[in-house]
Parts: sequence; structure tokens; C-alpha cells
Amino acid sequence: MLQIDDVRVRIPVKGGRWVEAVGGVTLAVGSGEIVGLVGESGCGKSTLGGAVMGLLPSGSQLSGQVLLDGRDLRGLTAEEYRQVRGNDIALVSQDPSASLDPTFAVGAQVAEAIRNHRDISRRAAREQAVELLRAVGIPDPAARYSDPPHRFSGGMKQRVVIAAALANDPSVLIADEPTTALDVTIQAQILHLLRDLTVRTGTGVLLITHDLGVVAQVCDRIAVMYAGQVVEQGTVRDVFADPLHPYTRALLDSQPAAHHRSGDLPVILGQVPDLTHPPAGCRFAARCARVHDRCTTAPPVVETQGGGRVACWLHDALPPVAQEVS
Amino acid sequence: MNPRLLFVLRRLGLTIPVLFVMSVVIFLIIRLVPGDPVRTMLGFRATPESVAQVRAQLHLDDPLWTQYRDWVAGVLHGDFGQDFVSKAPLSELLAQRVPVTLEITLLSMVLAVAVGVPLGVRAAVGGRWVRRLTEGFVVFGISVPDFWLGIMLVLVCAGTMMWLPPSGYVPFMEDPGGNLTYMILPVLTLAVAEAAYIIRTTRGAMLGVIGRPFIVYLRAKGTKERSIVYRHALRNAATPIATVIGIQFGVLLGGAIVVETLFALPGVGRLIVTAINQRNYPVVQAGLFVVATLFILVSLITDLVVGFIDPQVSDRGDS
Amino acid sequence: MTAKSIPAGVTAVVRAFFWLPRSARAGVLILVVLVIVTLLAPLIAPHDPNAIDPTRVLAGPDLGHPFGADALGRDVFSRTVYALRTSLAIVFASVAVASLAALPLGTAAGYFGGWVDQVISRPLDMLLVLPALLLAITLIAIVGPGSIVAALAIALIYLPILARVQRAASLVVAHAGFVEGGRARGWSSFAVLRRHVVPNALGPLLVQAAILAGFAVQIEASLSFLGLGTQPPTPSLGLMLSEGRDVLTQAPWVEIFPGLAIAVIVLAFNLLGDGLRHRLDPQGMVS
Repeated sequence: MLQIDDVRVRIPVKGGRWVEAVGGVTLAVGSGEIVGLVGESGCGKSTLGGAVMGLLPSGSQLSGQVLLDGRDLRGLTAEEYRQVRGNDIALVSQDPSASLDPTFAVGAQVAEAIRNHRDISRRAAREQAVELLRAVGIPDPAARYSDPPHRFSGGMKQRVVIAAALANDPSVLIADEPTTALDVTIQAQILHLLRDLTVRTGTGVLLITHDLGVVAQVCDRIAVMYAGQVVEQGTVRDVFADPLHPYTRALLDSQPAAHHRSGDLPVILGQVPDLTHPPAGCRFAARCARVHDRCTTAPPVVETQGGGRVACWLHDALPPVAQEVS
Repeated sequence: MNPRLLFVLRRLGLTIPVLFVMSVVIFLIIRLVPGDPVRTMLGFRATPESVAQVRAQLHLDDPLWTQYRDWVAGVLHGDFGQDFVSKAPLSELLAQRVPVTLEITLLSMVLAVAVGVPLGVRAAVGGRWVRRLTEGFVVFGISVPDFWLGIMLVLVCAGTMMWLPPSGYVPFMEDPGGNLTYMILPVLTLAVAEAAYIIRTTRGAMLGVIGRPFIVYLRAKGTKERSIVYRHALRNAATPIATVIGIQFGVLLGGAIVVETLFALPGVGRLIVTAINQRNYPVVQAGLFVVATLFILVSLITDLVVGFIDPQVSDRGDS
Repeated sequence: MTAKSIPAGVTAVVRAFFWLPRSARAGVLILVVLVIVTLLAPLIAPHDPNAIDPTRVLAGPDLGHPFGADALGRDVFSRTVYALRTSLAIVFASVAVASLAALPLGTAAGYFGGWVDQVISRPLDMLLVLPALLLAITLIAIVGPGSIVAALAIALIYLPILARVQRAASLVVAHAGFVEGGRARGWSSFAVLRRHVVPNALGPLLVQAAILAGFAVQIEASLSFLGLGTQPPTPSLGLMLSEGRDVLTQAPWVEIFPGLAIAVIVLAFNLLGDGLRHRLDPQGMVS
């Protein structure tokens, strides 16, 4: 399983300044579990994915711990990390058309994922790749093995990407907006495919998305991210039924599908703080409807309630429970 | 039908009108010479009888289309006519000259690609000093005229140091080692500028590919960096590189004319230049035709190679 | 003196100069110096370029003759200055002729498209059937050697390249909103072309012309070197290289300086062309 502990990422920008894209995130993804990581674009959720994969922009600084099955990935050499990527942790990214090498046969790209980590013959890799393509629902996989990506539809390409990602039975899969570029009807198919395959093999999934509808469909737990920090996490049922953080509540209220009442959708006023100079207190304070004195002076303490966690001063009165999320 | 086969057939079909147009243009040269080309060839003192005799010999009094038909029919049978000065059959002359030009151009291209592609890749993904050095080489290679570079090479390697023969030629079949020794300076002369263009194109194409998302995805699969750069990125960058190699082959054929003259190599280029100065029009016509045909064939091969490297190119237009 | 008292034309030139990237400014400065040298050739050249001096045959460089003397005792520095004049004249003439012909042809082909495009572009494509230097040699084979023929031959090589660039740029502009607007206002095609299409499509043509100008120097020198371009006794860089080859080991200066002159011109035009490309050709229409 994957444990992320107080991870901070600083990315250099022009003028010798730094953006704190991820500001102390603690998160865990258990075996066979799907955790939805939700937030607006630019909130640092993809950067967190990059931190786990060891694929941050060059010059970035990473602190905290990234533990995969108890092993700290931060101490790895480049070659050791390469052996982990695609083997123990895999990635499915947003746009399947951009993820595949346009000049290579799709089957070869799946076989490559296998041969990157296992010393087997080309022929054996090819046979396994065909089986993987079959498992992700590519019709007539042996014949389509040699086709280049542009002869596949977007949904079919994402199936190929998933086949390559799951080729080596990884412990954790990072799925970064895996359905955003696809048609709505295809989205559900791909999500259910992901769910079926990972539950069967016990692969944990960190599903990065901006779409709460996606979370509701397939996730077990949810973590809500705002301006580089996780503001609330818990089971999907608890968080959706009773969001504790004002940002989570606002996010749920602004979902068209989740909004039963007629009239305009509520919007969150104000702007995300400048992360080259993160605010001293709560990062949501400037936009929060329920802001008070303490919010702007000190960062909120993480409190837990019923197995979930929330970083908000409103819930400070609640009795503290164990720090670790099971 | 198999899309690749269709692509090959379509590209072959495009080549035929190009060959036709080229053959017409080159056929017309001798007929476009102002005044009477035969009189120009023979000089002012030629008698009207000898002029008439040569005109008849070259079939210049036939209707144009008959002349063209006869010429093309001859060429298709390997008969290019006669050298006007030596009276030797041109096919024999070309058979001696063409291999020399091909050897220089192909060796230069092989050397330029062998040096240029890896350096271009390093210039895109390597450290700062590799970038600086290659940039300097590119500016140098593009700015310096090839024949002047050749002369400077002669000055340094052949003149002052006596390392290499300054000019001359022996056929490969007679003395392979000697042949290659004579080839070193001409090939270097042509290859420097070629390598500069190939480096520049490779670097630009690689930089374009390296920034694309599928490279990140390859890393996420745990693909080795070597394989990402040389298998995936280079293959995606191959289309512009192959295109430039094809275009530069035309430049090389032009450069070969100059370099053959400079190093006294008996190639087609030197043959053409000598023939122009002697007003030996049948030789000019045959020489230009052979070089232009080579150029068109290389363009064809380049396009086919690009189509096979990048399936998106060969698939375009079927559907 | 305030900026306002400087004539508008001067400020525009100064502004254009600083609008260029730094490397391109270096190219402009080199070209300006070369143009001044060629314009003032009679003042700058210390000797008559064609004056034969039997006492100075293959004399080495000294203060009065910085580039030495050639096989006939002629001053290489003076000859290089005059040869620059010949080369630059041929370059400007060839690129100007090709650009002026390519401008209307390419604009019409790109703007009107359809059969107009076919009628213009197909014949021009035929010129690309031969490699560049071979096309020039073909023309010279027909007409005979000489400076003017060499300039025309280079123009003939460049015409299809420049027309193609101008066609692509006009094609893009033809579908831009402001051109549609001009047409909607009922302007004639000519007015739309003159006021909107040409001014907005000119950038890539300028870039391509600047880059090609550098290679024109090389082509001209190659032709003269082969005896197919400028004819003696007119000083030309290519001819000087051809003459110097025979005395290479005894008097390398006869060979080195004209060659360096060519390299400097090509470099200057390339710097200018690359700089213009950064500023004027963001879509990369110029190959």
C-alpha cells in the first residue's frame, strides 16, 4: 500500500522564486482500495501524483515521506526508481491520445511495459500483451496488436494505457483524470473497467479528478485538496452525506448533478491564494463564508471524526483521535 | 487494401509525372540554346555541310515530339546517344562517371548522418557544454562555403602535412584502399555542412518530441532513459530528419559538382561542367538527366521511408 | 536632444533594430559595415584591384597590403573589397528579383486558391524537380556564363521557394477575420490584397529572403569557382578562390581571405534570418 506522509513539493518558477504546489499532504491508499483525490485544477493534485511517481519537474524540492509497501521511495537512485515505476506503481494519465507513442504499435507499447521489468522473450511478452489487451476489452486483440494508436478511438486507447499500466500487477495505480478527455458514455465504461481490474488484483488506486460524480461512482474514500493541502478526507459516504470543511461543502453544492434545488448554482467567490507566498493561516480563509480570527493567524489543526479527517478550526472543539487513517 | 501498399503505389504514381516533366525540360535545353546549337558547338569556322551533317546526326531536323520520343526510347534502353567530342557512346561514359558521384555523395551522407544524428540528439538532451559545442559547429558548418573548406583541408592535410593526396582518383575495384584514401578529403568537405544541417534539424525535432506527454508516460512505465531517447523520441523525430536528409541529398549532388572539380574526381558533376565549357550538349543533356533522376529517386525513397517510420503519414488519406 | 526632434524615419529604424534579437543585431551590423565597404570601395581599397605588379608576385601580407598579393602581383585586399561589391550586387539583385516575382504569384495563389493556385503553383513546382545548383547550371548551359546570368539563375532557384512561403502565409491571412471584414464591406479584391493580405503576410517572405540571401553568396561563389559565373577580370570571391587554388601552398593568403569574406556574409545573413524568424514566423512556415 501507499503511504504519503507530510509531503511538500516546491517547484522553481521565474525570478528565483518557488511555488509550494503541495503543502504537507498526508494520505494513504490501501490494497484494493480506490481513493478519490478531488480539487480544482491547479490545486496540486497532479503534482502530488508526480511526487509519488518520482516525475516532478526538474529542480523541484520534495520533503516528507512516500512509502510504498513500507519502502521509502525518496531515497531511491534514478535506476532504482525506474524499476519501481510501471512495476510497483503505475500511471494512467489524462489524455490517452497523448500518452501513447504515435509511431509504435499499441501492442508493442504494452509488451514494452512488461519487458521493462521482466527478463522475458519478445514472444512471451507479446503473448502476455495480447492477453492484457483482451482483459481490458479490446476486441480481436491478436489482430489489433500491430495497429498504431491513431486507428483506435479515445476510449480504446485508454483501455490500452490501462492494460500497459496493470501489466506488472502494481501495488498502486495513479489514475490522473483518466476519463476527462473521453465521452460521458465511455467514461463510465472505463471507470468500471478500472474498478473491476484493480479490486480483483488488490491494486490500490489513487484516482485524481475534479469531478465529484466520478468519485461517487467508483471510490471508497475521498480526499479533498485545496491550494496544495488536503482539507478533508473520509469515506465517500460520510463526506458526501456530511461534509465538514466549508470548502468541501461549497464544492458539493456547486455540482450540477448533486444540486436538487432549482435556481443558479452557487459559486465559490474569490481567488486561490498565491502559492509563491502561502498564507500563514488557513489557505481557504480568504474565500470562506465562515471565516473568523483564528483562521488567518495559524494553520488549522487536523482533527478526526468517525474515521475521517478535516483541517478546519470550526471543528477544533472535537476530541482528537489517532492520527493515522486506517 | 493494405494501407501501406496503397501508400507506396500512390507515391510511385506521383513520381511518373515528375520524371516526365524533368525529361522534357532537359530535352528542351539543347533546343533552347539561342541561335543554332550545332553552330555554337562547331564554332564559327564550321562549313554549312558539316553543320547540316551534325544536325542530321542529332536528328535536330525532325519534329520536336519525334525527337523526344526517340530520345526517351533510347534512354529507356540505356542508349543516351554519343559524346559529341569523343564520339564514344554516352552510356559507357556515364557507367564510369556515375559510380564516382554516387560514392562521394553516399559516403558524405553516411558520415554526416552518423555524426549529425547522435550529436543532434545530444544537443537536445545533453548538458550545457555539448549544446554550446554543437551550436558552434552548426554555425561554422552552415556559414563556411564547402569548396573553401575543401581547399583549406587540402592546405592543412595534403599541402603542409603531406598526410593525404590533394587530388586524384583510382577506381574502388582496382585499389580499394587507395580509392578510399582519395575519397577522404572530398567526403569530409561535403559532410561538414551536411552534418551541420542534420544536427540542427535533429536537435529541433528532438526538443519538440521530448516535451510531449507520451515521454512522461514512457517514464511512468519504467522505460529506460536510453530507450526513451533513442527508440521512442528519435523515431518520432525521424520524419523531419529524413525529410531534411532527402532535401540535402539534392544539395550534395550540387556540391559534388564543385568538389569533383576541386579534387579532380571523374564524376558526373565534373563531366557536366567540362561539357558546358566545350558546348558538348549531348553530354550536358545526358549528365543532367542522370543527376536529376537520382535526385527524384532519392526524394521518392525518402518519402517511402518516412511513411514506414511514421504510420500516421502512410495512413493519411485512406479512410 | 529629445526623442521628438529626431526624424520619425530614424526612430523607426532604431526601433526596428532593437526589436530584433541580439544575435540578429550583430548580423545587421556586419551587413551594414559590408555594404558601406562596398559602396565606398574606391576609397577603401588602397590599390587598383586589377593593377598587375610583377615585383609583388605572391608577396605576403604587410601593412600596405594586409591580405598579400596574388600570382599576378595584384593586391588581394583591394580585390576582396571589389569582389564583395560584385557578390553583394548579385545577391541583392537575385533575391530582389525572386522576391518581387514571388510576392504577386504567391499572394494570388494563396488568396484565390482553386484554379489560380493550380496555374501558378504547378509550373513553379517543376523548378523544384532539379537540385538547386543543377538548375542554375542548366540555365547557364542554355544562355552561357556571366554575372547577370548567375544572378538570374539564383533568382530562378529562389522563385519557387519564396512563392511557396508567400502562398502559405497568404492562405492563412486570407481566412483571418479582418480580411473577411474587408470583403464584407464590399472592397475590391485588389484593395483587400493591398491593404490587408500583403502587409500581414509579408513576414515569412522576409525571413525566407534573408536566409536565402546568405546562400546566394555561396551559390554565386560556387558558380564563379566553376567558371560559370562572373568572368575574369572582374574580381569575384569565387573566381579569386579558383585562381588561388593553384598557388595554395606558396601563398595561402590568396585563398584564405576571400573564403573568410564569404563565410562572414553567410553568417551575417543567417543571424539576421534566424532573428527575423523568431519575430516574424511564429508558425514556422519557413523551412
